Amino acid sequence: MCSKKYKYACLLAVGLIGMTRVNAQTDVDAIMMNKYQFCNGLMYSHSSWNNYWEGTLKRSNENLGTVSTQAVMYMGAYGITDQLNVIIGAPYIWTKASAGTFHGLKGIQDASAFIKWKPVSKAFGNNKISLFILGGVSTPLSNYVIDYLPFSIGLGSTNVTARGMVDYWHKRWTVTGSASYIRRSNVKLDRDAYYDTELHATNEVKMPDAAFYQLRAGYRGTYLIAEGVLSNMTTLGGFDITRNNMPFPSNRMNATTVGVNIKYTLKNWTNLSILAGANTTLSGRNMGQSKDYSAGVFYAFYFKNRKPVQTNNKD
Amino acid sequence: MKKIINLTSAVIGCVLIFSSCSKDIAGRTDDLSSLTPANIDLDAGAWKPILLTSPTEFPVAAPIATTSPDYIAQVNEIKSWQSNITPDQKQIVKYWSAGAVLRWNEILRQLVAKHNLPPYQNADGTYPLPNANNPLAYPQFPFSNPPYAARAYAYISAAQYDALVAAWYYKKQYNRPAPYTIDQGINVMFSKTALPSYPSEDAVVAGVMVEMMKLMFPGDQDFIQQKAEEHTKARIIGGGNVRSEIEAGEALGRAVAQKFVARARGDRAGAAAGNATIWAKFESDCVAKGETPWKSLETPSRPPMLMMFGKVKAFLFDSLTAVSLCPGPPPSTSGSQMKKELEEVYSYTSSPTRDNIAKVHFWADGVATSTPPGHWNDIAANDFIKKNFSEVRWARNLALLNMAEFDAAIITWNTKMMYFNPRPSQLDPRIKTLTGLPNFPSYISGHSTFSAAAAAVLGHIIPERKSAYEAMAMEAAMSRLYGGIHFRSDCEVGLVVGKNVGNYAVQRALTDGAE
Repeated sequence: MCSKKYKYACLLAVGLIGMTRVNAQTDVDAIMMNKYQFCNGLMYSHSSWNNYWEGTLKRSNENLGTVSTQAVMYMGAYGITDQLNVIIGAPYIWTKASAGTFHGLKGIQDASAFIKWKPVSKAFGNNKISLFILGGVSTPLSNYVIDYLPFSIGLGSTNVTARGMVDYWHKRWTVTGSASYIRRSNVKLDRDAYYDTELHATNEVKMPDAAFYQLRAGYRGTYLIAEGVLSNMTTLGGFDITRNNMPFPSNRMNATTVGVNIKYTLKNWTNLSILAGANTTLSGRNMGQSKDYSAGVFYAFYFKNRKPVQTNNKD
Repeated sequence: MKKIINLTSAVIGCVLIFSSCSKDIAGRTDDLSSLTPANIDLDAGAWKPILLTSPTEFPVAAPIATTSPDYIAQVNEIKSWQSNITPDQKQIVKYWSAGAVLRWNEILRQLVAKHNLPPYQNADGTYPLPNANNPLAYPQFPFSNPPYAARAYAYISAAQYDALVAAWYYKKQYNRPAPYTIDQGINVMFSKTALPSYPSEDAVVAGVMVEMMKLMFPGDQDFIQQKAEEHTKARIIGGGNVRSEIEAGEALGRAVAQKFVARARGDRAGAAAGNATIWAKFESDCVAKGETPWKSLETPSRPPMLMMFGKVKAFLFDSLTAVSLCPGPPPSTSGSQMKKELEEVYSYTSSPTRDNIAKVHFWADGVATSTPPGHWNDIAANDFIKKNFSEVRWARNLALLNMAEFDAAIITWNTKMMYFNPRPSQLDPRIKTLTGLPNFPSYISGHSTFSAAAAAVLGHIIPERKSAYEAMAMEAAMSRLYGGIHFRSDCEVGLVVGKNVGNYAVQRALTDGAE
């Protein structure tokens, strides 16, 4: 059944950063740390867009030019058991525009912690099906500005995520599908009145919840993992940016993206792995049509003297 | 398997517990109790109106006798509504019971925020102008930017005030008791007062709004009509007025409003958008003085906002006084003072503190907000609520505030175009702004002028809050410096000019008979 493999998978919440997503190797993958195994590292990501959707209208903005969001994220994953992992992360983010007078922002965004649990894993010959359940929380680590999109480094809400995931494996070829519900807390602005579709005499904004779906498929070998990834984020509520208006934290921000994620573990130094990813946005609403790149380095070790068992994935 | 089920249940349980917390938000004025005036201001019919020559300029006929079959039928209308009242209707009555002037001020602020959006450019790089005769076509009319909004707040508050002075005059003259005084069977959902109820002050305000909003927000007539109907119906359902009191009030409100509409049509605001020739002249006049002229930093280059607004007719003073209220010139764009101020702006924006960003954003009142005058209406309203002013005093105080804001906008815009002084980011492109850069010349700061004018008026109305208002005005002014969109001179001179303008409203307050 489940082999004791040495896998340096690392993860990260697919974070919505203002009108841009930061997307890296994720907690949406089907890879588990073994018991006592700890993997951690840093991920750099660069996301930028020239066009964005004002509601459903795609447009550019000569007073913004290219809006870019960069992030360096620390991530770590630990195997409590082979079936139960804890995943943590926190990014430092900075934003800027290539045109116009707007000042970019920078700062530490949200800390996230996920529990990833693989309750079921069944093998049938060369096939294997696993079921995962994930629960996670993320919350701002700093009092960053949220009401200054698209330059805010985050939306400021405390999120609770519930995710179900199914993974199918056949001779190193895999398909993983997941669906998540993200409960988002209300947020508070620096001002005490705002207009969404009516005037509110408060600094508190009701944040719509969100759903996140992902399908990933590809090759999962001992050293190389390469997957194509199709993702969709759908905000369950919220309102559209009106014509030539500014974006707002409770907009209906949707995006469908497609991309690739690659992870390579060094053959003669298996503690070390490198990750790279690229994504492009196919369609969206109240978000930038971003192109994202990411790269990271991860190091894995055991807390207890348990040697990694190096196997291929064919058991 | 059992363990799996338990753990799964635990995960789902946690999510459900978190999800069950309500996300509903409450506004500051959502749950106000019924307005109970500390003083009904029975003699307000003698207060000095703004445009009306006398409170009897638009006569109100005597009410029907309370013993007449017609009146009794109207009382029965109240009772039949009340016998079938729904929770929704109760909620609507409660909403309006907080005060007619307050609620319509909130509605107006909402519409200003809704329409405070700069038009998107045409394909050829020019900008379309909103058209009052075709308000629903893009760009919708109006673009309720700060000068436009200041004018709307002023006309509407002033018209409400004049109409209520007339209403109070007739209230005292006819001395018609409220329906709940005549018939004890009426369940009154408003605070009972000794104020005579003919004509209905609520209907006066609704009538003013219906007329004024045709001019100011012609594309939102469905919304305005619906609110007006809801408002007057709430007065009947809640036992505050019989129908004939509503009808008389509405007619009076409309008639008075039309006088203000006529003034507005002739106040030169119609020409405020200006044109390319005028724009070029501002620029060349500035160059002739040896100064660097303002340039739009938007792409494509956008004409300065309402460039001729400085020529609009003020409420509180004549055009000669308006000229005398304009300050002297800003520091020369080539001088050492300007260089020093530019460095100061850069120092605030190069690595802004979180506190300063909060101030910038608290006072920004930019796109899709009710504008700085709207923000000061909000500040005023929050304090007026605590004072339990009568409707007529509410209107009078807001009229004083909003006439000062409107006139401050006129002086500010005149000054801006007169000196055509560039923004910090134009002189030093390293300066990046922490809020939207307004598309018009820098000197003097509108926020500073608006805020100091408001602080002067409000500090007179509520003296115990005078220093608090002044501190707010100072913070609002400085927030523009912290945000990188104004020089210190723009803010400091703006504060002085604003206070001078505000003092004209204070002078009026001292002599209008209400104090």
